[in-house]
Amino acid sequence: MQTEKSFKSEIFNIIPLTAREKLFHIKICDAYEREKFTFLPGQFVMLELPGCGEVPISISSSISNKDFIELCIRKVGKVTGLLHRLEPGAIVGIRGPFGTHFPMQKMVGCNILLIAGGLGIVPLRSTIYWANEHRSDYKDITILYGAKEPGQILFDYQFEEWHKIFDLKILTIVQNRAENWEGRVGLITDLFDEVPIDPDNTFAIVCGPPVMFKFVFAHLTNVGISRQRMFLSLERRMHCGMGKCCRCNVGSIFTCLDGPVFDYWTVMNLKEAI
Amino acid sequence: MLFRTITKENFKKMVEGLMEENEVIGPKSRDRDKEGNKIYRFLKLNCFDELEMDYTRSYSSPKDYFLPFKEDLATYRLENNGWDQKIHYTIHPRIIIGMRACDINALLKLDQVMLKSAYPNPYYFARRRNTLIIGLDHEPLEDCFCRSMNTDTASHGFDLFLTDIGDRYFAAINSDTAYIVLNRFNAREVREEDQLRYKKVKKQIESKFKTQVDITILPELMDLEFESEVWKKWGDKCLSCGSCAMVCPTCYCYGVEEDIDLSFTQATKRRFLYSCNLIDFATVAGGYNFRPDAHIRLKYRYYHQFRGFEEAFNQSLCVGCNRCGKACPAGISPKAVIDDLIKTEKE
Repeated sequence: MQTEKSFKSEIFNIIPLTAREKLFHIKICDAYEREKFTFLPGQFVMLELPGCGEVPISISSSISNKDFIELCIRKVGKVTGLLHRLEPGAIVGIRGPFGTHFPMQKMVGCNILLIAGGLGIVPLRSTIYWANEHRSDYKDITILYGAKEPGQILFDYQFEEWHKIFDLKILTIVQNRAENWEGRVGLITDLFDEVPIDPDNTFAIVCGPPVMFKFVFAHLTNVGISRQRMFLSLERRMHCGMGKCCRCNVGSIFTCLDGPVFDYWTVMNLKEAI
Repeated sequence: MLFRTITKENFKKMVEGLMEENEVIGPKSRDRDKEGNKIYRFLKLNCFDELEMDYTRSYSSPKDYFLPFKEDLATYRLENNGWDQKIHYTIHPRIIIGMRACDINALLKLDQVMLKSAYPNPYYFARRRNTLIIGLDHEPLEDCFCRSMNTDTASHGFDLFLTDIGDRYFAAINSDTAYIVLNRFNAREVREEDQLRYKKVKKQIESKFKTQVDITILPELMDLEFESEVWKKWGDKCLSCGSCAMVCPTCYCYGVEEDIDLSFTQATKRRFLYSCNLIDFATVAGGYNFRPDAHIRLKYRYYHQFRGFEEAFNQSLCVGCNRCGKACPAGISPKAVIDDLIKTEKE
């Protein structure tokens, strides 16, 4: 795709997920460009509302879905606030895909442990679809998912289906106790007691708020997983997605070009990263 | 490289000739500072006499002509639930006269980011390719440390580079366009006496560097002294105004904003120069700031210039012009910060 040109895309379906998040189904209008558009799990696009602004959003759908992409967007700022007010049929701009991806090929033959906190499940969703489509390549797939409150759990309507069809294990936990919640209460690290990890045969993908990384990686390191087998997606402010505006610069790297996906070893050696 | 000499009289004719068909930009004095010294800027020249070849240092660098403070990236026509995007990359050819070696080297550093890395910047590309650069040697100012940064001479990145050797300029030619122009205005082959005079001038320039900044161990030091008190000391002085980045010939951080007009039919996507010292530089949606304190942002600026860029492109981003030191209202100069850092390491 060209660098500065955004492609007209139609939002044709909007699924409200929680009070703050909606899932947008977006189709690039031009059939040729739509066909050309490919991405890998972990990559993101710059989504633009002309006249309002541009935001980096992780792609949340399966890479084999050539018709449209799914973007799960939390209402936090000017652009996302306006996006939440759009109706199906609205036209937005898309540039990308940008960034690095989770190295799914490297993980062939191993267990995959996906650890998500809050909105962190969004980029992991395309990983889950990938793992399903190449199910025989991987051994056990486990998802540990923590949210603040039960009402903030994303994609829970799909969990049952994933569990059955994809043959994977999902454990959820919430931080704040709530009525009608019969599941676990606590921090995401509490779930580790319930998951036996085979360190030599496991890759971990971690996505969530910065505060979560430290504790999760400390545990995974203690268990014995190599730091180069743990991956994470870093969040930073981005204005261009092309390594020029420097807004996402951390130490000597650019999150948009060299990331957002990094292995823990790299991040550990980056000042200011987590 | 090819060398010629051109008399000052012919050089004047050459500039006037170029002015007839092109936009010519050069150093002009616009005002005086509180000590009564002239303040120079690179501005469009209307006649040769406006060109001040003996200028000391322009307040901001000619970077403004390649990465302008503000530029429109795209315009949109909004219509019935849709829009039409228009992008213009083209510019008219222009000539910049009198660029210093450090500023030429600064452009070469910007080239690394804007042209030679992933996703070349087409706006910058258009400006770079359509600008003829005529460089000019000069004696260093007291606070210049370009020699320490290895940017006091330029071997490429220009079309023509002039050294004043009395009644004529000694010209290094780096492009066919410059060669053709020079020949049109009676440049002559270099004679032995020209060469001797050139060497003498070069030696004289070399001997006049007073300020030295040791940056050889900086990349390593940036990591070792990441938690140093030096950052706090200087950061507490920093006003987080971003003046340093605005006048810096290499700072390229930017922000993008989009505006919509009152009739809701037109929108513009605009790029504007930003600074990592400004408070919201690293604030993400939701309000979390990755660099909330002034000293952390100040440290980041040095880290990017002397460590991050070094790792990516094997050179530091600073060219030693000390414009940032001059412009800083809090009196923070890179030499002082770096010296302090090195001193702490030795203690």
